Amino acid sequence: MHNITPYSSPHYFIYLLALLLPIIIGLLYGKRFRIYDFFATVVILAITFFGGDARQGISLIFYILFEMIVVFAYKHYRKNHNNFWVFSSAVVLAIVPLVFVKLDPILKNATISLFAFMGISYLTFKAVEIIMELRDGTIKEIKPTEFVRFLLFFPTISSGPIDRFRRFQKDVLKVPSREKYLELLHTGTNRLMLGLVYKFILGYFFGTLLLPKVSILALSYGDQAPLGISWALVAYMYTYSMYLFFDFAGYSLFAVAISNFMGVETPMNFKQPFKSVNIKDFWNRWHITLSFWFRDFIYMRLIFMMMKKKLIKSRITMANIGYVALFLIMGFWHGVTWYYIVYGIFHACAMITNDAWLRYKKKHRQQIPSNKFTKALAIFITFNVVCFSFLIFSGFLNTLWFS
Amino acid sequence: MENTEKIVDILKDVTGLDNIGEDADQDLFATGILDSMATVEVLVTLQDEFGIEVPVSEFDRSQWSTINKISDRVKELE
Repeated sequence: MHNITPYSSPHYFIYLLALLLPIIIGLLYGKRFRIYDFFATVVILAITFFGGDARQGISLIFYILFEMIVVFAYKHYRKNHNNFWVFSSAVVLAIVPLVFVKLDPILKNATISLFAFMGISYLTFKAVEIIMELRDGTIKEIKPTEFVRFLLFFPTISSGPIDRFRRFQKDVLKVPSREKYLELLHTGTNRLMLGLVYKFILGYFFGTLLLPKVSILALSYGDQAPLGISWALVAYMYTYSMYLFFDFAGYSLFAVAISNFMGVETPMNFKQPFKSVNIKDFWNRWHITLSFWFRDFIYMRLIFMMMKKKLIKSRITMANIGYVALFLIMGFWHGVTWYYIVYGIFHACAMITNDAWLRYKKKHRQQIPSNKFTKALAIFITFNVVCFSFLIFSGFLNTLWFS
Repeated sequence: MENTEKIVDILKDVTGLDNIGEDADQDLFATGILDSMATVEVLVTLQDEFGIEVPVSEFDRSQWSTINKISDRVKELE
């Protein structure tokens, strides 16, 4: 036995569907079996984190205990006090394990890598959300069992989508009507099937069959032109972009489908991102739960603070600072390597340029045509900007240039 | 009623659009009238004008998406 990555192999699906069966039957008859839900969670987590090497599982347990202490200590404090610095310390403490894990490749310290387990970033997003909402007073009551159930909700544990506590509670505290549940089973099944096509056919085709070949080709042209630019590199860019989308969107469909089977409407993560007409539109369609998390908990809060404290007058400057902060943090979150950080800066620049263009367009509405052709052009430009950013993100340029 | 007029004025100031308020049930987010920046601006102005505290995470988009809904929420918080 070894640890099984969620949704990566037929075994996982077989175990999963067998475990889900009692839950599905229960929901069809209007019941949630709390004890069985807990049992199923333990089994799935055991398969995922204790299958062979138990270190990940042990890290997970310590991580949960640590986050519980931070969240519930802050909740206790927040009952009677509301100091900004205590709040900030709680947020910092909650992200400390994640920061350690992200710094691990640089520090190369054996003790630090003990913190790591699959999905740590996604659990951290949820814990931080709860701390922020405790401060705002939008979450007033949360029990330790509810906290653990929310964090360890197994369909989304390894890579999201990132749900929100209050939304999640609404679903798990009630049992959907039979009509509603049948509808969920129906959409869930469709999503599962589409996910299989995305991840195991299209993702496999682009990622496993095509990408290695294109990669060898692009590397072989590496010293024939400045910066190793070749048509093969362009092909790599598109192939990688397709792989990234189908693999991740496929995974996300699985996570939403399995949530649906459990009567939970986990939000969707992708909405036809390659049809975006500009980069802002793209971030409303790509890895939606992540970009909305950053929007709500970093960007809007930062703008709110700048506006309230009247730190900066210009709305444009404020928005731009917000973009740089958001995408830099997102870059670092992906990992502390030059290409993730450049990816972040690239997207911040794209957003700033896009805003400037939209302002220009607003002023010159009469002169600038708007028709089917301009829309197609907008989609084409956005698509290529996005694919180029994925080429940076892929780390392939690092291989091409530095190794 | 007075609240709604005030809210419409705020929305006009923030977005620079004069036709806001014609349909008080129009979804301000779906139609792209309010982006994140404009949303925060509306929030901060609401706080100043009505003396209410609206934390960002209270701002559930589904509950604040139309002029009528904003007006209801402001009344509740006042």
